Amino acid sequence: MAAPVVDLVDVARTFDATPPVEALKSTTLAINEGEYVAIVGPSGSGKSTLLHILGLLDTPTDGTYILDGIDTSVLSERQRAGVRGSRIGFVFQSFHLLNHRTTVENVVLAELYSTASRSDRRRRAIEALEQVGLGHRLDAYPTTLSGGERQRVAVARALVGRPSLLLADEPTGNLDSTTTQSILDMFAELNGAGITLAVITHDPEVARRAQRRLSIRDGVVTSE
Amino acid sequence: MTLIDPAGGDVPGTGSPDPYYGALPDPLMVDGSSTRSRLAVKDLLAEVVISLTARPARTLLTAMGTVLGVAALVATLGLARTSGNQIVSRFDELEATQVSVQPQSRGFGGDNSRQTSFIPFDADDRLGRLNGVVAAGTISDVDVGGRLARSVPVNDPLGQNEYQIPVLAASGGLFDAVRADVLTGRVFDAGHDQRGDAVAVLGPGAARRLNITQVANAPTIFVGDEALVVVGVLADVDRKPELLNAITIPNELAKDRFGLQVPAEVLIETEIGAAELIGAQAPTALHPNDPDRLRASVPPSPTRTRSAVADDLNVLFLVLGGISLIVGALGIANVTLVSVLERTSEIGLRRALGATRRHIATQFLAESAALGLLAGIIGTSLGILTVVLVSANRVWTPVLDPILPLAAPLMGVVIGLVAGTYPAWKASSLEPIAALRGAE
Repeated sequence: MAAPVVDLVDVARTFDATPPVEALKSTTLAINEGEYVAIVGPSGSGKSTLLHILGLLDTPTDGTYILDGIDTSVLSERQRAGVRGSRIGFVFQSFHLLNHRTTVENVVLAELYSTASRSDRRRRAIEALEQVGLGHRLDAYPTTLSGGERQRVAVARALVGRPSLLLADEPTGNLDSTTTQSILDMFAELNGAGITLAVITHDPEVARRAQRRLSIRDGVVTSE
Repeated sequence: MTLIDPAGGDVPGTGSPDPYYGALPDPLMVDGSSTRSRLAVKDLLAEVVISLTARPARTLLTAMGTVLGVAALVATLGLARTSGNQIVSRFDELEATQVSVQPQSRGFGGDNSRQTSFIPFDADDRLGRLNGVVAAGTISDVDVGGRLARSVPVNDPLGQNEYQIPVLAASGGLFDAVRADVLTGRVFDAGHDQRGDAVAVLGPGAARRLNITQVANAPTIFVGDEALVVVGVLADVDRKPELLNAITIPNELAKDRFGLQVPAEVLIETEIGAAELIGAQAPTALHPNDPDRLRASVPPSPTRTRSAVADDLNVLFLVLGGISLIVGALGIANVTLVSVLERTSEIGLRRALGATRRHIATQFLAESAALGLLAGIIGTSLGILTVVLVSANRVWTPVLDPILPLAAPLMGVVIGLVAGTYPAWKASSLEPIAALRGAE
């Protein structure tokens, strides 16, 4: 059995305050390659904290996080940024597309901070957009796209770097139920093609589609 | 649906190792360029161009203050150079080589020839020894006491043949000092002067009135009862035009017959560039005991002229240009800061995509520097255009320091960098988490 993509050992995150806030209590968690995991919890449960730690956007105050075999606790800021850019693909609730750039330019941005050549970037961006079914809207601006299409662009941007982990934070939070279903269908297909997925949501409907469900409450992660 | 695969190999799965990602990287390999976050200069520049062109009107308005400041500075410096050059090229060579020495006037209405003067009769010799003097001579009005001049002593009741013609006394060197052209005959020299010869040189106006057209047979004229032999007639002089209508006689003769006491003025022709020096030395050479009694008039020096122009005109405009540069820098700083706030979610996104704090700071700094460069280039162009238009209007030759068109845009870059420092720091210190949530 290969080493897990995500390996959290006794990871905790405490915020400095009086009294200190234990947003994430000591957690041990592994996500294997090709898994589709949903992390469910109400707001304030600590799921965003877990997301940020998984996405290397925040560092745990305790414990070890090994991503793809790399011990992230010993990395410099620049190395963390590099690992984040190359091994993690983010999908956000509010898409975070740049309105002044076309669809393909938005996707190309994913590899701006890597060594990929410009022509490779563009080719891969187009491939990623075709993969999410937007090959016909390469030069459209985000403002002319529907919510579902925008989220597809965001997914394409997350896929283009060939990440080890696709991390989605409430990916359907801004979408209607029909669009939600199509995005979830797409996630299932991506997972079927071997992508490791972690979806953070408060919506049980979204969580139901995953292979494995974890719930988080008051900073404690439990398996369902 | 197929998965993208840049390497063209197998899709990574739970099965066989993928050629791309199959071998899990050793933690040390993180140091390798493949994982380390980087931002190529070319990519940075492309990002800057996209950012600045996304809102062209806003970009231009932001740059406007700096544009005006740079334009004002370039135009001021360019016009100063142009007008300074104009003054020098128009500078009169005749003026520049002339020094005249006169007694220090004492009170009002003093007649110089009557006044106790300190100019010696041997001024030519004394000044001729100074390095830089080309020619020197004295000139004085002679008071002939109302005596009239005539060419022949005939009594013709029908025609006027006696005239009131001014008489001047000169030393031999004067004619060189005024650059006299001789129409016919010759001018008198130091020998005539020393011997007290009764000779005269006529200006063309005086010669016409006295009917003297040639001097081969040594015509005689009379001033009162004094007979003078005309040795020459002048064609023209460059200085002291009063010579043209006068009878000029040697000093010694004037002293002897007309009561001239001292010369009234010394006129000196100097070499180019020596005027100021000679002006300082001449009073001492002429009257070593008390040089302060003499006053030398020298032409204004070209350097002084230029600096006077620069002082008068430029300080104000340089100050105005500097102020608008400061205002321009504040404008860039302000707008960049606002755009950092507006682009909070973009900054968070970039961090999520692998940008380091340094990358974010670099991008914002580069954007404001590019804005400064743009402003510098536009401002320099406007400034040069102003210089050219003003020059065309005044029929001047525009002159620019070649450094200026290069230094001015650079100044814009510096302004942009200074203005962008705080916003860039602000942008780089945003937490990606907060930045990503802030956009919702």
